Amino acid sequence: MGVGERHNVNVSGRADGPVLLFAHGFGCDQSMWRYVVPHFTDAYRVVLFDHVGAGRSDLGSYDPQRYSSLDGYADDVRRICAELDLRDVVFVGHSVSAMIGVLAAAAEPERFRALVLVGPSPRYVNDGDYVGGFEEPDIRELVESLDSNYLGWSAAMAPVIMGRPDRPELGEELTESFCRTDPAVARQFAHVTFLSDNRADLSRVTVPALVLQCRQDVIAPATVGRYVRDHLPRAELVELDAVGHCPNLSAPDETAAAIADFLDFSTLLPR
Amino acid sequence: MTETDDEYFAALLEDDPARLYERAPCGYLTTDGDGTIRKVNQTFAAMSGRTAGELVGGLRFADLLGVGGRIYYETHYAPLLHGAGTAREIALDLKHASGESVPVLVNAVAERDAAHRVTTIRVAVFDATHRRAYERELLRAKERAEESEARARALAETLQQTLVPPTPPQIPGLDIAAVYRPAGDGTEVGGDFYDVFRVAPDAWVVVAGDVCGKGAEAAVVTALARHTVREQAMEHASPAVVLRRLNEGLRRSDAPRMCTALIGRLHRSGSGWDVTLSIAGHPLPLLRTATGVVAPVGASGVLLGALPDVLVTDTHIPLAAGELLLIYTDGVTEARRDGEFYGEERLQQGLEREHASAASAVDGLTADVLAFQAGFARDDIVVVGLRAE
Repeated sequence: MGVGERHNVNVSGRADGPVLLFAHGFGCDQSMWRYVVPHFTDAYRVVLFDHVGAGRSDLGSYDPQRYSSLDGYADDVRRICAELDLRDVVFVGHSVSAMIGVLAAAAEPERFRALVLVGPSPRYVNDGDYVGGFEEPDIRELVESLDSNYLGWSAAMAPVIMGRPDRPELGEELTESFCRTDPAVARQFAHVTFLSDNRADLSRVTVPALVLQCRQDVIAPATVGRYVRDHLPRAELVELDAVGHCPNLSAPDETAAAIADFLDFSTLLPR
Repeated sequence: MTETDDEYFAALLEDDPARLYERAPCGYLTTDGDGTIRKVNQTFAAMSGRTAGELVGGLRFADLLGVGGRIYYETHYAPLLHGAGTAREIALDLKHASGESVPVLVNAVAERDAAHRVTTIRVAVFDATHRRAYERELLRAKERAEESEARARALAETLQQTLVPPTPPQIPGLDIAAVYRPAGDGTEVGGDFYDVFRVAPDAWVVVAGDVCGKGAEAAVVTALARHTVREQAMEHASPAVVLRRLNEGLRRSDAPRMCTALIGRLHRSGSGWDVTLSIAGHPLPLLRTATGVVAPVGASGVLLGALPDVLVTDTHIPLAAGELLLIYTDGVTEARRDGEFYGEERLQQGLEREHASAASAVDGLTADVLAFQAGFARDDIVVVGLRAE
């Protein structure tokens, strides 16, 4: 199976334009970017995908071993780039995908032009002087939250997510499957996301990066955004007026404008 | 109906909207697009243990949740509202002012402006204390069931391993190879078996069989059959007698089952082997002569375990150097593709081709049978090849 099917890859925009690769975060799928993408399709080649286990990716490709750390996800990003022959990629990662982009760019800098990190956090759990914003028991609480929300869902929704061409009447539910994830996958992804520590990986990134920071983001607080900026060798930070953790949905225009400003600037940066 | 009743019902139907809102049987709250609380009803205020004044203006809805719920809110609930415009039956824990958690179910709708920006979110909050306690029980039961299934599967796999026939021994002057392939994914125990063992300095016994059915009970019979044959073959030189003893053993067991079996006793004779064959309800083995003629040998007998007395006979077959005896179970000939059986003819033709060694015959035929069923064996397969050297 190619990456197109495995990751439900969608390519739009200008075929010969520079590449913008958008990656969604924990809890959702590529539709997180739907209001942002139209801002770029005139000038850029826009590539969207779902992480394996999310959205309309191929659930059968989910391998708990491979996805037991963010490296598996970063490797997927590199596979997508390689298979679609994407070069000079500007990777835009939301939430946990910010660190997935950091890992991919650290491993294969020649593939990437720049990183845009929306609400990044290299470590969610507090550690000594480092304040990530959470304690380990909080993550267990999250998993309980996931469990109680997936209880009635798992059996009923799983066939919908996997696609049922034999039952078109389920099509309506499919549109409502926005941001639904297979429960077992969500559970592991929650652990991997919130218990990872990628602080040491930040300094390995050589390409320029933009950090987009929201106000009152409980997932990635402002201090964490500044930490990321300070530990990336070439990064700038833009504070958005948007509140919460998903400016790509709640303030798409502002988010797109900040990314566009950075792109205009970073194309002038020497490689 | 009296006039007073009329007035009473009229008053009911004209329920004061303000009262209806404030004292609705669920909590209502209205927030900005960013979740800042702008209005709540009395029911919600009471549910959260706070006054409307404390809730409105400064707090966001997410502030009233536990940390885990807050992450869930930001990563699932908010994207749903901003992306799909509604969120339904979201399970959250509301933090009561006293510090206690109130399990709630939340439905919400978002109002958006022309630019898709969410301006207002209306939320209905239902107390779900009992329902959630029940759901947690269900969840635990489901987890227990999954664990128990995993344990049962592991046990079945372990059992299956103990039933897998051993690699055939090295026998001077006899080239021997055997394959056992369980049906499907290999987690179901029981079914086909084979065994090869020595009974005297110059005599060996080969046995193959097929126990009816699957699962633990069939596995018990498989084990019983193998042990009985091993024991009885030491006592009796006639395979037919061993089969009769096995029949008695099967009839005496607590969970009687039927079983096919083929026993061959091999005795070194000059440059070849003398084979005494006895067969009970089992497919006749095929003999390939040195000149390439393939034909079934032996005499059919009835299935074991069904009747108190079984009619089985011994047949003597010489196996000269270069000749090959192929023993198999019906998983081979009854392999199916689109309703068509693999059949004896294909097997015979296969044996005409594959004969250079016992291993090449056994492996080639097994591969062919599996390919015929597109890799998925519906039944166990046993193939044993004996080639005199």
